[in-house]
Amino acid sequence: MLKIEHLAWSIPGGEEIIKDIDFEAEQGKLIVVTGPNGGGKTTLAKLIAGIECPSNGKILFDGEDITNLDVTERAQKGIAYAFQQPVRFKGLTVRDLLELAAGDKLPEEKLCALLGQVGLCANEYIDREMNTSLSGGESKRIEIATVLARQAKLSIFDEPEAGIDLWSFSRLVETFQQLRSRGTGTLLVISHQERILSIADEIVVIADGRVRMIGPGKEVLPQLLADERAARCPLGKEEMA
Amino acid sequence: MNKITEELLKEVADFKGEFQGAYNIREDGGCAGRQSTKNIQITSKEDLPGIDIHIAPGTKGETVYIPACVTHSKVDDLVYNDFFVGEGADVVIVAGCGVHSDGEDQARHNGIHRFFLKKGAHVVYKEKHLGTGKGKGLRRIDPVTDVYLEEDSVLEMDTVQLGGVDRTVRKTNGVVGARARLVVRERLMTDGEETARTDFDVTMEGEDSGVDLMSRSVAKGQSHQEFYSCIKGKARCTGHSECDAILSENGTVTAQPALEASHIDASLIHEAAIGKIAGEQILKLRTLGLTEQEAEARIVEGFLK
Repeated sequence: MLKIEHLAWSIPGGEEIIKDIDFEAEQGKLIVVTGPNGGGKTTLAKLIAGIECPSNGKILFDGEDITNLDVTERAQKGIAYAFQQPVRFKGLTVRDLLELAAGDKLPEEKLCALLGQVGLCANEYIDREMNTSLSGGESKRIEIATVLARQAKLSIFDEPEAGIDLWSFSRLVETFQQLRSRGTGTLLVISHQERILSIADEIVVIADGRVRMIGPGKEVLPQLLADERAARCPLGKEEMA
Repeated sequence: MNKITEELLKEVADFKGEFQGAYNIREDGGCAGRQSTKNIQITSKEDLPGIDIHIAPGTKGETVYIPACVTHSKVDDLVYNDFFVGEGADVVIVAGCGVHSDGEDQARHNGIHRFFLKKGAHVVYKEKHLGTGKGKGLRRIDPVTDVYLEEDSVLEMDTVQLGGVDRTVRKTNGVVGARARLVVRERLMTDGEETARTDFDVTMEGEDSGVDLMSRSVAKGQSHQEFYSCIKGKARCTGHSECDAILSENGTVTAQPALEASHIDASLIHEAAIGKIAGEQILKLRTLGLTEQEAEARIVEGFLK
């Protein structure tokens, strides 16, 4: 359902961050993208969501070339994107954002279910503004809930674990598993967390702007863990190879 | 009352064909309707244009409406309204103002409202301003609000002006007694060639008094806004003011907040921010499927809610 072909992106007038990325994501799967910091994972997510434009390559979504579509058009086609750093709004409440995401008014039970999926109690949050009075962890979980509310064909989560507590993280892992078991949408999660990697159908390791390793989670994860035990950083592997 | 007044009242004073309870409708400087209740007595002033509103001690749950409308140009309406709110009363006061002009000359309403709250009284004061009509004559609304809060009283003022008023100078002055609180929420939007000036001057004189001023505004088109506030702490007290302005197109905003503390236990804070809508906010709403224009409109709507 998502096909990336020879994707490349450079900082305007500067370094090439994504050099040549190819991979395919199947419908209903949970794909985890991992790799060292600075390797291009967030940029890849932004390229898929349309926040950045590639300098080369193609992005195909359900067989359609979406490379030249803007953020809004891609969102309307069914791509949802959870920001790594949640955006704050003075004046928009949690309810406003969830309803904008869902494209409709939401009954209390639905709001409660959505926030419950990220470990928040709806009564305490629905009428609060998404402003700086919320803690980093709270706003991060609400950001994730806005993507869950979209029920999109492809949902991209950029480091969903960052800034949230252990209990909420466990709840989030369960939510990803539930979503995957429904098989209705594809999940693309950028993460370093072993617990998320361990539930992946497929793992894509991005390093130095390229796909360093790709394959079923059960095969890739043991190799990653073995590398970790050998105290080797994936960076520089290209030179070693 | 004429048709224009009726339309303006729907917008500024939640008018649904009639008002329940006490009211006074001012139309082009005259009186288009008045009703007192057992607890809320409205009488004309003898020496000045305007009314006195006496709210009996202990009055609970009543709403008094005192809207004012100017329905054509060449009107310069000046009115003095005084509210005397008795001890322990808890009421809502709605004072919408609409100015309509289809002519070449100016239409202006200048309402000077004074609030005297006795011990323990609580007032929610709602003020909504609107300008309508296609005339070239300027639509002006220049309200003055003077607030005197005795001990343990609370006045919550909610003031909104979202369009059509060409010129406005809004002055709010307050003196806050012991354990009393003044809370002001201002929402302002200007467009075209409109100008708006807000002036707050509040003195906290009593022990443990408090002030909270929150102003949110959007300056669009070629419009210009000025925000001045001065919070003075003369006793152990807490004062907070916050002004946020969004700039759009060629709108301009000046903000000059001031704090004056003359007591060791006065705790005063001011927060101010002026800028266009953050790009990441628009981007976030676009990732939810909104266009750039829809995202901007939604952000402004929420900001001024």
